[in-house]
Amino acid sequence: MMAIPLIAVAILIGIAFAILLIKRNMIKMVMALGILEGAVNLFLVSLGYREGGVAPIFVSAPDTAMVLPTVQALTLTNIVIGVATTAMILAFIMVIWKKYGTVNADKMRRLKK
Amino acid sequence: MSVILDNLPALLIAVPLFGAFLTPLFGRFLPKVRTPWAIFAVLASAAVAITTAIRVLISGPIVYVFGAGASAPAVLDSAGIPIRIIFTIDAFGAFMLLSAAIVSVAVMLYLAASQKRRSGKSAFYTLYLLLTAGIFGMVSTGDLFNFFVFLEINSLAAAALVSYHRKGGIAVEGAIKYAVVNTIGGLMVLAGIGLLYSQYDTLNMALIASQIAPNPVTITALVLFLAALAMKAGSVPFHFATPDAYSVAPSGVTALMIVASQAGLYGIFRILFTVYNGVFNTVTVGWVVIILGVLSMVIGVTMALPQKDVKRLLAYHAVSQTGYMLLGVGVALCVLHDAAALSAYGTTAMEGGLFHIFNHAMYKGLLFLAVGAVIYRTGVWSINKMGGLGHNMKWTMIFFLIGALAIAGIPPFNGFASKLMIYESTFAFNPVLAIIAMVVSILTLASFMKVFHSLFLGPKQPEYAEVKEAPKPMIAGMIILTVFVVVLGIFPDLFVNAVISPAADALLNSGTYLSAVLGGGL
Repeated sequence: MMAIPLIAVAILIGIAFAILLIKRNMIKMVMALGILEGAVNLFLVSLGYREGGVAPIFVSAPDTAMVLPTVQALTLTNIVIGVATTAMILAFIMVIWKKYGTVNADKMRRLKK
Repeated sequence: MSVILDNLPALLIAVPLFGAFLTPLFGRFLPKVRTPWAIFAVLASAAVAITTAIRVLISGPIVYVFGAGASAPAVLDSAGIPIRIIFTIDAFGAFMLLSAAIVSVAVMLYLAASQKRRSGKSAFYTLYLLLTAGIFGMVSTGDLFNFFVFLEINSLAAAALVSYHRKGGIAVEGAIKYAVVNTIGGLMVLAGIGLLYSQYDTLNMALIASQIAPNPVTITALVLFLAALAMKAGSVPFHFATPDAYSVAPSGVTALMIVASQAGLYGIFRILFTVYNGVFNTVTVGWVVIILGVLSMVIGVTMALPQKDVKRLLAYHAVSQTGYMLLGVGVALCVLHDAAALSAYGTTAMEGGLFHIFNHAMYKGLLFLAVGAVIYRTGVWSINKMGGLGHNMKWTMIFFLIGALAIAGIPPFNGFASKLMIYESTFAFNPVLAIIAMVVSILTLASFMKVFHSLFLGPKQPEYAEVKEAPKPMIAGMIILTVFVVVLGIFPDLFVNAVISPAADALLNSGTYLSAVLGGGL
C-alpha cells in the first residue's frame, strides 16, 4: 500500500520535467512547476502517513497510531511558498506578454543581444 | 542589554523583517522618513549580525532555542520528541554573517542615491530587507526545513528585485529565468529534506549528522542538495540563469545577490561537512566539487571575454570566481580522511576557498557598484560606447581599478591573498589544477584591463562632457568595500587567524557543531 503514493510521486515528477523540457509556452511551464510542487507535497505527506492513523491531537488521542504532524506542517508551508512563487512568475509573464507580445520562451531573447 | 545579547539570533531575523514591513507604512504616511528608515533598519540588522558574529568567534557556537528558556534542552522536549526549532551559529555561519552585513550596509548607502529619483521605493526597500533576512536566516539556522524556507525568501526577494526596473521587459526576462531555476532548485532541496526525514524522523541538522549512514536514500538526497544549491550558487552546469539575472538587476542589488548566491555555497559546504560529516566517499564527492569548480572557472572566464554588456561581463566573472571557492573546498574534501595531507595542504585549501568567498563578496560588490555608478551617470551599458570617463569620474575609476586588480589576483589586494592560498595548496594536491587556476587569473586580468581601458581611459568623449562624479552616498558605499579589499590584502594573516581559520576548523571538525547542539549526550 505504501508504494502507491510513491509511484504517483515518480510519475508526477516525470510529467513535470517532461513539460519543462518539451513545452516552450511559459504558462505551461508554470503549470509544470505546480505539478512538481504537488509531487513534492504528496511525497512529504505520504512519508507521515500511518495505516489506520488518526489526526495527531494529543488531548483527545485514542490509543491508536497517529499520522506524523511535522511533514504536514512542512507541506502547508510549501503550499504557501508555492502560491507566492506561482503568483510572482505569472506576474512576470504578464509583463513579458505586454512588452514582447509572446509567451514563448524561445522568442524571449532580447537579453542575449 | 543582556536581553538583547541573549536573544541575538532571534533579532537577526526579527530586525530586518520588522524594518521591511514598516517601510511601506513610512512610505504611505511619512515619505520623507522612508529612506532614512531603510538605512537605519539595514544598519541595525548589520549591527546585530556583526555582534552575533563577534560573540561566536570569541566564545564558541551559539545554540538558540526558539520559544524556550536558555536552560531548555536544544533538541528534545520532555517526551523525547525532536520538535525544537533552533538556530545554530558556529564560526562558519559567523563568517558568512560578517560578509553579508558589510555588503548589505555598503549597498544600502549606494541604493539611497541610485533610487532617489525612482518610483516604488517602499516595495524596493522592503524586498531589500527581506533579501537580507533570507541570507541571515540561511547561514544561521540549525534546521533543514528552516533552511529551505529562508532559501525561498532569499530567492523570491532576489527575483522580484531583479525585475524591479523593467527596461522594456528585459529585466523581467532575466528575473523569470532566475525565478524558475530557483523554484526547481528549492523543490529539489525540499525533496532531499523529505528523504532525510524518512530515514531519521528529524529535521535538526546536528541530530541527523549524529545518525547519518551512507545508503541509497541519503546519497540520493545528497545529490539533490548538491545540484539544487549549485543552482543557487550559480556554478557550472547551472550557470545559465546567473548572468541573465545579474546583468539586468539594479547594480546595487547585484552586489548583494553575490552574497545571496554565496549563501547557496554555504548550504553546500554545511551539508557536505556537517550534516553528512564525511560518511560518504569523500574522494569521489571531492573530485565532483573540484571538477564543478574547474569548469566554472574556465567556462565563466571564456564566456566573459567576448561580452559587450559590462554587467554581463562582470556576471560571468562571478561564475568564474565561484569556481575558485569550489576548487579550494573540493581539495580539502578529497583529503578529509587523510590526516597527513589534510594538515600539509588540505586545511590551507579550505581556508583559501573560504577566504575567497569573503574577498569575492567585497571586490565583486565593489566592481558592480563602480560599474553601476558609471551606468547611473551615462545611461549606457555597452563597453564599446563608453570611453574617457576617467576624466569625469576619478574616484569611481580608482575604485574600479582596485576591484579589477583584486579580482585578477594582483598584490597587494585581497584577491591575491586568497588565490595564493588556493594556488599553493592545490599545487601540492595536483599541479595541473593550480596551473588552470593561474591561467584563469591571467585571462581575468586581460579581460579587466580591456574593460578598464575602454571605460575610463582615452580622450574625453564629447557626449560624456556633462557626466559628473557619482553622488556621495554611492562613493561612501564603495569606500566601505574598498577598505576591506585593501586592508585584507595588506594584512591577510590577521583576518585569516581571527575569522577564516575558526570557520575552516568548524567545517573540518563537525564534532564541535554536534556537541554544541546535542550537548555531548545522545
